Amino acid sequence: MAIGRTFAVALHGLAGSLVEVEADIANGLPAFVLIGLPDTALAEARDRVRAAAVNSGCPITGRKLTVNLSPAALPKHGSGFDLAIAMASLAASGDVPAESVHRVVHIGELGLDGRLRPTLGVLPAVLGAERAGFRTVMVPTANAQEAELVSGVRVVPVDSLRDAAVWHGGELEPARPDEVSHVTHDAPEPAADSRDDGADPNHVDADLHDIVGNDDAVQALLVAAAGGHHLFMLGPPGAGKTMLASRLPGILPDLDTEAALEVTSMRSLTGRQIGARLSRRPPFETPHHTASAAAMIGGGSGQIRPGAAARAAHGVLFLDEAPEFAAAVLDSLRQPLESGQITIHRANAVASFPGRFQLVLAANPCPCGQYGAPDSECTCPPSVRRRYLGRLSGPLLDRIDIQLRLRRVTAVQLRLADEEGRLTSEEARARVVAARALAGERLSGTPWSLNSQVSGPWLRERKRRLGHVTTASLDRALERGGITMRGYDRVLRLAWTLSDLDGVERPGSEHIGAALYLRRGIT
Amino acid sequence: MAAKDVLGRRGEEIAAAYLTERGYRVIARNWRCRQGEIDVIASQGSELVFVEVKTRSSLAFGHPFEAITLGKVARLRRLAAAWCDQSGARAARIRIDAIAVIAPRGDEVRVEHLRGVC
Repeated sequence: MAIGRTFAVALHGLAGSLVEVEADIANGLPAFVLIGLPDTALAEARDRVRAAAVNSGCPITGRKLTVNLSPAALPKHGSGFDLAIAMASLAASGDVPAESVHRVVHIGELGLDGRLRPTLGVLPAVLGAERAGFRTVMVPTANAQEAELVSGVRVVPVDSLRDAAVWHGGELEPARPDEVSHVTHDAPEPAADSRDDGADPNHVDADLHDIVGNDDAVQALLVAAAGGHHLFMLGPPGAGKTMLASRLPGILPDLDTEAALEVTSMRSLTGRQIGARLSRRPPFETPHHTASAAAMIGGGSGQIRPGAAARAAHGVLFLDEAPEFAAAVLDSLRQPLESGQITIHRANAVASFPGRFQLVLAANPCPCGQYGAPDSECTCPPSVRRRYLGRLSGPLLDRIDIQLRLRRVTAVQLRLADEEGRLTSEEARARVVAARALAGERLSGTPWSLNSQVSGPWLRERKRRLGHVTTASLDRALERGGITMRGYDRVLRLAWTLSDLDGVERPGSEHIGAALYLRRGIT
Repeated sequence: MAAKDVLGRRGEEIAAAYLTERGYRVIARNWRCRQGEIDVIASQGSELVFVEVKTRSSLAFGHPFEAITLGKVARLRRLAAAWCDQSGARAARIRIDAIAVIAPRGDEVRVEHLRGVC
């Protein structure tokens, strides 16, 4: 019985599940059978592996080879299984020691010449292997950097199938006439390496300092960052909505290791560059308003790919011209907003991605954009205007804490704006970090870490209840029917964030007032 | 006769000798009918064995077994049935084997035998 076994990783969403790759050599006419629900790219591994093995000087068996990917019912995608299939086959024929191969997880795509090519999603795959208890992972050299971001795993970078076989202790004949390993070493580096300039493309020089005359908006942005509150900005074109939104990631604090691993894994999965270190800055995603639901939350019939919302996890999802998005697309965001998880169901699999992002919506007040602007006339009939904002569904807006109305900056404001008084992103970030620390201290022992996540009843408990005098304006608004009970809780949350920003222990009436303003800017 | 046919002929001789040496009784060789040809028909005990012989002088164009495709195997099964029909032979079991003869010029001949290939 000649059987070789090794392991590879199948990704579903960001979760890697371990796949055992078994190769069996039986008596029979030469054949290479690959079973265990491979997709097309994976089924083509047969031809890649056979050619790569021959060109590496260690041809796989001429007999009947059956390779099984177990669990057989789990759908598997992509070319990252090539190396594992090749090593299992070589172990089955006794060309490399089977025990050594059995202990190692192999990830990588083979070229026909036996060179190892980088694949997508190596970081989440290595994480999956680590969580399954494996300590050694073999990856293509071009993916070594991202694989090494996972601690507790020994990463073995290899250039070619031949290197992999030699590492396992395979005795390759020294003088093969069709020696290719020299060629391999001279081959140009894979593209993934050459574009490693370490810079994050999201990191344009967008500083809060650039914003002139919109002090209310800057304050609202600060509150949004400190409490993790979602934000809706309404204002005419040119009021600076996009400018403000693009400054939000810059004032968010650095991500902790777990979040950074998820963000970097997502970058790996979507084929974006990864430097030698974890991406600690929050991502910023701005999908276009023609985006489909699949583009927004993810989808695909075979392999389920993450969408913009998943890529924005732990960062900011900015929807400019929000009413122009299809209603179904906007409402598909309700589930991640509620649960912090994006779960995508398809006939053959369910994938889940992290989905705790901060949502920023921007909209014009009407199709022509001029409604409410003091300096120009709106040409839209009232019915059109109402329909326009009506596209943002109530349940969606209900989840957004801060609703802000912006105005265009006037010439006077521009003239009056002084250089000194304006906050820079760095200062703002320091204040946000301090406010979050305060909130974190108060929320320790609860499942939450940010004010925006806290439940209403917890806020209204006797211990934390604010005095009558403090909440007088809010109580009045509730009595008059100006806000609902849910709105009441939202204002309380905002007030706590405002007090955290001011570094005081509990919100005062001025914080409640400011919170009411941030909440009631529109409706 | 073309060179490839000479080689094939020689391969079949070698295969038949190989089988005889191992206790098979060769019943027929190069049996033909409308559907094709069976290289060697032999018996081993109560089992009837139909053998496809492939001969190559080198491995430059692949192993001889690689030339035995699924279509060829299917044809062999039909031929086996046709032979049984015609000869009225009644065997307890029948089997289809493949023999590869690798006969490099001026070098040692290698014979590989696969039993029950389908």
